[in-house]
Amino acid sequence: MLNYVLIRLLTFVPTFVGVTLISFGFIRLLPGDPIIVMAGERGLTDERYAELEAQFGFDRPIFVQFWEYLTGVLQGDLGNSFVTKRPVWDEFFALFPATLELSICAMFFAVVLGLPAGVIAAVNRGKFYDRALMSTALIGYSMPIFWWALLLIIVFSGNLQWTPVSGRIDLIYYFPDPTGFMLIDSLRSGQSGAFTSAVRHLVLPTIVLGTIPLAVIARQTRSAMLEVLGEDYIRTARAKGLTSGRINGVHALRNALIPVITVIGLSVGTLLAGAILTETIFSWPGIGKWMVDSIFRRDYPVVQGGLLLIAVAVMIVNLTVDMLYGVINPKIRKR
Amino acid sequence: MSDTASDVARPSPLREFWFYFRENRGAVIGLWIFGVFAFLALFGPWIAPHDATAQFRDATLQPPFWQEGGNWTFPLGTDPLGRDMLSRLIVGARFSFFVGVVVVSIAASGGILMGLVAGFAPKWVDTIIMRIMDVILAFPSLLLALVLVAILGPSLTNAMIAIAIVLQPHYVRLTRASVLSELQKDYVTSAKVVGAGLPRLMFVTVLPNCLAPIIVQAALSFSTAILDAAALGFLGMGAQPPTPEWGTMLAEAREFILRAWWVVTLPGLAILVTVLAINLMGDGLRDALDPKLKRS
Repeated sequence: MLNYVLIRLLTFVPTFVGVTLISFGFIRLLPGDPIIVMAGERGLTDERYAELEAQFGFDRPIFVQFWEYLTGVLQGDLGNSFVTKRPVWDEFFALFPATLELSICAMFFAVVLGLPAGVIAAVNRGKFYDRALMSTALIGYSMPIFWWALLLIIVFSGNLQWTPVSGRIDLIYYFPDPTGFMLIDSLRSGQSGAFTSAVRHLVLPTIVLGTIPLAVIARQTRSAMLEVLGEDYIRTARAKGLTSGRINGVHALRNALIPVITVIGLSVGTLLAGAILTETIFSWPGIGKWMVDSIFRRDYPVVQGGLLLIAVAVMIVNLTVDMLYGVINPKIRKR
Repeated sequence: MSDTASDVARPSPLREFWFYFRENRGAVIGLWIFGVFAFLALFGPWIAPHDATAQFRDATLQPPFWQEGGNWTFPLGTDPLGRDMLSRLIVGARFSFFVGVVVVSIAASGGILMGLVAGFAPKWVDTIIMRIMDVILAFPSLLLALVLVAILGPSLTNAMIAIAIVLQPHYVRLTRASVLSELQKDYVTSAKVVGAGLPRLMFVTVLPNCLAPIIVQAALSFSTAILDAAALGFLGMGAQPPTPEWGTMLAEAREFILRAWWVVTLPGLAILVTVLAINLMGDGLRDALDPKLKRS
């Protein structure tokens, strides 16, 4: 097991350097002079240009620049935003809880509905429930989520007036946010109605962001269950006279979960990509919206830093999933 | 004698494939819808009742024919600038189809080539290629595509290039994995013994036997490409107005979402139906091409 963890950790290093290289290269690949792009000023005097060149380090060899960038990154220095002048690192961690909260809710939504749906479909293979559930899952899987969001807004916010269209909470509530998670902070504030308001704001984005993972989990659970249900030990369990609930729920599902957990872990990247669209549509103040806004504002240090931090977050999650996978599935670890 | 033997011999691969593909009803429906989509993509401008960019200023935001105020001149209504929705949707098929074809061609040809090289080359080349692919895969695909488009400048062509780059690693991994498992097999060893050169081994001996999963992946990434291009269009980073690309149409219509449902609903429905049809086909292809799943 220790070997497995060490090898997996070692492959993390070159990927991390590669990711840093891409985010480092980003500003240098932009069309136009990177110094003018970075400074965001036009008509620079020669002295100012030289000053900026020295400040950004463009006058030094490219390897030195990369080395300095890499060491800066490892110390948490990602530069400052052009627009707010605040460090990119601080901005990221101020907004990250919003995205994390939304992602956790979406994943919870996807798992809670997806697992039973997959199990029911597999147990009723070829019958009505299987077909109905899997057709729905395929539609969910094919859904352009930005359109799905607009449809839900038309129905639930427009026609029924059940949910708000944007933001995390109604503006009448104000309280300190030590955790950054609106659900927790609103409960702690003790203001009546604050928690309900936070939940109402969260419902539609959660459904939108959770739809594709839900479909993927349902499909994966079904196929994993089908594979497991054909195994000999299931036949043995049947022959022993165990109830079908116990066979499906304990013997089959536990073994079917192994590939499903991998899929859940790999969905984190999908969630972050989906968060870009979901957050933009619902004006959710998280990382996705921040990145899109920064791209449009040409706030390049933010784009550069955000790109790196998001990639690293995805890599850490994938690494954790791989480790967990080793814990759950002893076959992997032995190799 | 030999005639009768060949009569009962294995059916041609294509016929065998069709036999299994046909069993999946969803896949056949998907194929039909895809056929219509491809037809519209090729002949759209000649079928559409109006010019897709022509503005009828006295008929803005006209509802579809079955609603009050709608008529048959504009069967699916008009958008805020008075352009015919039906014509825009029909002509829009062309862009999505084009995106799918171009992206899959670039991503698959590049990915297959790199996957072959990684499978055949010495260990260190393999490691370098696969680590690079890991780096690309570490970024959420849409985010990387967005940033690439920010570098290249927003347009449909650049969106296609960006999406192709983002989808490429999947082909590399898939091809490499198939190549490595095929290389263990006896027919490859015998081809080596007979003296087949490296290019022949790569492209003639091994590649055809790796194609099944790659074809399935191609179908699935065709739909991913359409979705991602529409998403980029929706964010304003793909096709630019007045191009009747479905995602761009959605973005333009967003502010009318509560006043005119058809300008928002119809382009999205077009995307959904197309992507769904391709995914249905992809499922059928997988069932027909993957011998392990064939009889399950």
